[in-house]
Amino acid sequence: MENKNAPLLEMRNIKKGFFGNQVLTDINFTLNEGEVLGLVGENGAGKSTLMKILFGMDVIRETGGYEGDILINGEKVEFATPFDALKAGIGMVHQEFSLIPGFTATENILLNREPKKKNVISEVFGDRMDTLDYKEMDERAKRAIEKMGVEIDAKMVISSMPVGHKQFTEIARELSKENLKLLILDEPTAVLTEKEAEALLDSIRGMAARGIAVIFITHRLHEILTVCDKVVIMRDGYVVKDTPAKETDVTDITKWMVGRSVSANVSQDIKINPDARTIMSIRKLWVDMPGEIVRNVNLDIKEGEILGIGGLAGQGKLGIPNGIMGLYEAGGTVEFDGKPIALNSPRKCLDASLAFVSEDRRGVGLLLDESLEWNVAFPAMQIHNKFLKKCLFFTWRDEKAIHDVTQKYIDELQIKCTSSLQKARELSGGNQQKVCLAKAFALEPRFLFVSEPTRGIDVGAKALVLEALKKFNRESGITVVMISSELEELRMTCDRIAIVSGGRIAGILPADHSSEEFGMLMVSQVK
Amino acid sequence: MGKQITTSLGNKTRFRQLVDSFGLPRIIITGFLLLLFISAPIVGADFATQLTNTINRFSWNAVLVLAMVPMIHSGCGLNFGLPLGIVSGLLGATLSIELGFTGAMSFVMAIVISTPFALLFGGGYGWLLNKIKGGEMMIATYVGFSAVSFMCMMWLLLPYHSPTMVWGFAGTGLRTVISLEGFYDQLLANFLKIDLSSIGINLVIPTGSLLVFALLALAMWAFLHTKTGTAMTAVGSNPAFAKAAGINVDKMRLISVIMSTWLGAVGILIYEQGFGFIQLYMGPFWMALPAVSAILIGGASVNKASIPNVIIGTFLFQGIVTMTPTVMNSAFHMDMSEVIRVIVSQGMILYALTRKTEGGR
Repeated sequence: MENKNAPLLEMRNIKKGFFGNQVLTDINFTLNEGEVLGLVGENGAGKSTLMKILFGMDVIRETGGYEGDILINGEKVEFATPFDALKAGIGMVHQEFSLIPGFTATENILLNREPKKKNVISEVFGDRMDTLDYKEMDERAKRAIEKMGVEIDAKMVISSMPVGHKQFTEIARELSKENLKLLILDEPTAVLTEKEAEALLDSIRGMAARGIAVIFITHRLHEILTVCDKVVIMRDGYVVKDTPAKETDVTDITKWMVGRSVSANVSQDIKINPDARTIMSIRKLWVDMPGEIVRNVNLDIKEGEILGIGGLAGQGKLGIPNGIMGLYEAGGTVEFDGKPIALNSPRKCLDASLAFVSEDRRGVGLLLDESLEWNVAFPAMQIHNKFLKKCLFFTWRDEKAIHDVTQKYIDELQIKCTSSLQKARELSGGNQQKVCLAKAFALEPRFLFVSEPTRGIDVGAKALVLEALKKFNRESGITVVMISSELEELRMTCDRIAIVSGGRIAGILPADHSSEEFGMLMVSQVK
Repeated sequence: MGKQITTSLGNKTRFRQLVDSFGLPRIIITGFLLLLFISAPIVGADFATQLTNTINRFSWNAVLVLAMVPMIHSGCGLNFGLPLGIVSGLLGATLSIELGFTGAMSFVMAIVISTPFALLFGGGYGWLLNKIKGGEMMIATYVGFSAVSFMCMMWLLLPYHSPTMVWGFAGTGLRTVISLEGFYDQLLANFLKIDLSSIGINLVIPTGSLLVFALLALAMWAFLHTKTGTAMTAVGSNPAFAKAAGINVDKMRLISVIMSTWLGAVGILIYEQGFGFIQLYMGPFWMALPAVSAILIGGASVNKASIPNVIIGTFLFQGIVTMTPTVMNSAFHMDMSEVIRVIVSQGMILYALTRKTEGGR
């Protein structure tokens, strides 16, 4: 409007750090009217943070704001709240639905923006008493739905709609805003069936034709290629590539997504012993873990190796250990050391000398309000009757043994704490993770699952944790299965890496294969 | 778990730490109780008598407060369903008399008979609480209420015949208040009793009752230091952690509820022996609240409680409830003890419930 030549949206040198941890560095890109931009990157690459900045979400301001400029139509803007962003014509559809289940599509689409009619009461008591103009509402909802070019029943209540239609309702809500210029879609196709996803892609094209710019975030790369005009690839908080969609393909995108500029630090001492016997064999495993559904996993784990399990978020890699260890409902057969393991029973797994370090450190991994001593010694005490002593007909906790073992691990893993009696809640994330490891080590397991051991901890602690795991495996020959979203971390630590995609094992490769090969596996069966 | 105060801290921070660890409201309550003790002789109430009353009431109530501990540890929250345990105790008490036991034997048999009831009721109650995780305390309150109301009918209908207990004219149905004279009135209190009235001080210490409480408290402390007790605490602290460590969370919770119910049964029998009467019908209706309040005032939170919390809390709560009316009456020379008692005890309960969220999850 003000400047016809300026792009609709321009991001200039956007930087953002969380508590001294740089998550976005020098983000630059532009977006023109009617353009569709595909934003891709691994989890944690900074996509969501970038969109939060653009949308003026509170979390950004609360954590110290951002650096750099956002320009809309050539004018610098700064959104203090999402409402400002909405006023400026930016709409966003989040991964999670924000719809009212008991309302119809129309009511949801126009919620709080309903056209209203005056009546007698509202003349007296003010416009809060206006009645809704349902005729006009139907009209507007219909127009919004038409813009997408799909058929949904505007009078149906949300709770009885299929997921796809819910997603369309969300988008229609954004489209019904007359001033909408830019629509952000955060993984809108993740919950859709293939057919619905196609319809959505069509509607994105339709929107673009009407002059609305779209930022489309997805893990399904072929969708990006079919619908987008250009692709922005992010990795570790940088934009690594900004290219027209026509000039690229899935292989290239994958390469940029996962490839690191420094790829020298792949594990130097990969040990793959083809003669090693299979210590755990998993057949037809399914796990009903919300958001991480495992559909059909067949996997053989060799004794003494470090096996990595990688894959994109939501593909089911976390479901594997959680299902085997009985924390989520699971089925199929798992044999450990030749004997079948009962699923859905944490106790049986622990009795079989399996141990698990959960990815949910604070929720499952720790007794936050108890001392480190309790945290380290508890499972070993309950499962193996360690750290107990008999005295006066009773079996008591052996406080001294508990103290000694905790102190041993505090020294060994360099856990920073005031004493072994400090509460777990008071430690930093990295140190809490070390306590979780100590807890598993104290069980003296024969087989260890470690899930996302470095999630949310800083680089220094990361190295220590990985080193401790490796040492544990190499010195005592204990089989370790490590699940991580970070491929590079797996490549640094593991011997072999299995990639999970679509709830299945897409392939297993030795850790020294190139990132691109793993990347291809990651997206191979994404649905 | 006492907090250590390092010497390097200044006096101000040291005071702050003391306040933090002991809690400002608790310091105020303690101060108020001290003030009552000091002012008692000034307004003409005998100090030793007051102390005796407080200790006496402590000895009646302490076990009921101790009954709160297991359920708090297992994460079932405060046992508002304590009347269920009390009802088991009352069944034991009345059946023991009905069966013709007298003296010390009637007390022993009351405990023995109430035990199966406590296990049964506690088991059902625990099963129910496992179905409604997260809303335990609300459900527990109504479990207690309905148990008491149901027993109101049963006390009338059950075929009791003992002349000491049934209504004189009708010959059926239990009376509302039953005297324990000849049964176990003051049975524990008189054991090794210290009575200083012979040398002119009106101080009587019911040693036996205190010893029994000490014994039960010690047993509870010991239990919490065993493997099962540790598991129970872990379940209360983080059920997901406990489950991942192979603990049967529901079983632990069930055990804690049964323990709490049984302690409620024993608690009411000890209360009766001190009080001298069995109170039936609506008697147990509100008995959970003073116990809940006492342990909260003692510094427990919804999922953390220790034996010192029980002792300090019971003493503070019972001390204030006993002392306030007498001291006020003596000071103002009019009989408003009942009014003051209601205001003070309900006020303490109100305060205690407002702080139940502190230190929790």
